[in-house]
Amino acid sequence: MSLDLFFQYLFAGITYGSIYAIVAIGFNIIYNTTGIINFAQGEFVMLGGMISISLLPFMPLPLAIAGAVAITMVIGALMEICFIRWLESPSVLRMIIITIGISILLRESALHIWGESIRSLPYFYGNEISAFTIGSVRFSPQVLWVIIACGLMVIALSIFFKMTPVGREMRACAANRTAALLCGISTRNMVTLSFMLSAGIGALAGCVMSPITYTQYDIGTTLAIKGFTVAILGGLGNYPGAVAAGILLGTLEAFSISVVPLAFQDAVAITILLLILFIRPHGLFGSSEAARLKDF
Amino acid sequence: MKKRKHLGIVGLCLLVVGIHLYTAQTGTQFYLTQLTMAAYYGLLVIGLGVLMGYAGQISIGHAGFFAIGGYLSAALTTHNLLPFQDRPLVELLDNLGLLQPSVDLYGGALLTVVPWAACLFAMCMAALIALIIGIPVLKLKGHYLAMATLGFGMIIYRILLATPYFGAADGISGVPAFTLVPAIGSFEPIVVSGAFGLRVMNFYLAFGFLIIGMILLLNLIDSRSGRALRSLHGSGEAAEASGIDTAGFKLRVFVLSAVYAALAGVMLTHYNGGIGPSEASVMKSVRYVALVAVGGMTNLWGILIMGVGLTFLSLRGVFGVYDDAVFGMILILVMLFAPNGILSLRIQSVLHRLFPRGSGNEPMEKQHRSAESPGS
Repeated sequence: MSLDLFFQYLFAGITYGSIYAIVAIGFNIIYNTTGIINFAQGEFVMLGGMISISLLPFMPLPLAIAGAVAITMVIGALMEICFIRWLESPSVLRMIIITIGISILLRESALHIWGESIRSLPYFYGNEISAFTIGSVRFSPQVLWVIIACGLMVIALSIFFKMTPVGREMRACAANRTAALLCGISTRNMVTLSFMLSAGIGALAGCVMSPITYTQYDIGTTLAIKGFTVAILGGLGNYPGAVAAGILLGTLEAFSISVVPLAFQDAVAITILLLILFIRPHGLFGSSEAARLKDF
Repeated sequence: MKKRKHLGIVGLCLLVVGIHLYTAQTGTQFYLTQLTMAAYYGLLVIGLGVLMGYAGQISIGHAGFFAIGGYLSAALTTHNLLPFQDRPLVELLDNLGLLQPSVDLYGGALLTVVPWAACLFAMCMAALIALIIGIPVLKLKGHYLAMATLGFGMIIYRILLATPYFGAADGISGVPAFTLVPAIGSFEPIVVSGAFGLRVMNFYLAFGFLIIGMILLLNLIDSRSGRALRSLHGSGEAAEASGIDTAGFKLRVFVLSAVYAALAGVMLTHYNGGIGPSEASVMKSVRYVALVAVGGMTNLWGILIMGVGLTFLSLRGVFGVYDDAVFGMILILVMLFAPNGILSLRIQSVLHRLFPRGSGNEPMEKQHRSAESPGS
């Protein structure tokens, strides 16, 4: 493999990896406050892309994206309020099945609203053929947008969780729900907030990735399983771990094209998921003792 | 308990005969086609039901096992081995009498594997794959188990879509009929096929498979192993402390349910004369989970009734374009309001839950208690 090709693959890997990392962070936010893995996480990404595409004819691009994020956040909150909020200590099996059911409903609604056609947002800067060149490696300006959005999101989230009172309350809720409740934190509202936050993050990811990867009603499942792979790889609930693992998975996937046919690309990511689950279910960066105490 | 079981089986047999007579009387025999298909799907669903309800292990990858069965059988019985006739393996199979000559659509000569051999091979492969996958997967719990089985199903789907041998996106068509029992004396041969004249026979055949499968599972549940299984669902640790080989039991039930799925896949593929990659899709797996959930995890009869009934309605196109959405909705509603299946619902308790009076928590608690004590 030539050096140019190597960097070309690397860039593609980092781009996709950033998207996976954002989906994984969405998983982590909800897992941290509720102990639930939200199987509908990939659908938030799809909704973000689809809603922004529909809003675009009526308003400028930044407003359309903001609108899409806001609407998806409302959907996330509604989902939590309607289906999850009033269940008292439901079993894990029940939560899995409910979130899977929600993901099907969201996907089917999208199918009936937007049809099967593949859509995309326009490039934020330039167009399909405009490219930056570093040395002899060429990449699309949208790649920068994806990486910047991912980076900003991680920074904003860590500031939110460390500095703001609401963020601290959410972390308290994650650490010990009963204790948080005793301190006067409304844990139920925190759970709703975590669904909103994770829906918003997913929607933003759906918007920035739409120009390169396109948006279709059924992209959610694949994204969800890859995002979950990344979340496990980085250690469930660990944000910086998710970013590192996302870029690792994206890069591995990009380089896998040079070894196996393109059609098997998704299978590669899932095989990695299975291997990780079998060998190191606590993730690359987590400790096995801490993982054993968690309730999956 | 014993008596009730026999009553159920006899009732089911009578119902099957009754349906046949009714459709013959009213001239609506076209219903039998979808009922036959629904019965094969029902076979898969009761197998999954034992895995989910009794062993307490969720699997969102059972469409994968169905597809392994269907696809292997379809590929072996349709792909021409004539060009490879002098390879030692093909010669060996030929000498063992496992190959049969046939004629393709255009009159060309074909040499394919006998359906019987293909069926057994497909089921053995499904069992083997379940064994290999099951050993590591069943060590996982909860979310991890769900994601791992979902991943397994997706890998099978991707492999089928990407492999020309399995027809890629087109699937495999032109699968020959499966002669289960050859003609003996004046008896007609028993053939799994979608041919018009064989509709009634295939209807009885499919329900025969379903009833035999049901009897085997009911016996399993009533046996010593069944009690061990139920204790597994209640609490894995307690079961292990009582000296039950939990890992072994889980694995055996997983393999058993995979074999049920593969058998359903083989039979339905020969009945339909083909199979496509959509049979392996995630949505199919989720649908099977929905059918188990709506029937009631620990209620095998409920699973059977709901599995065959809802699949029949879906195959008849009753739900129209909202087919998948209906199953998604069923999943949510059942899990929210009736985690033990809709047949376990009492009208009174539903009213209680909708209009709580006094101590509103009471029905909720009851629901939890009953959710944790399976097989009551």
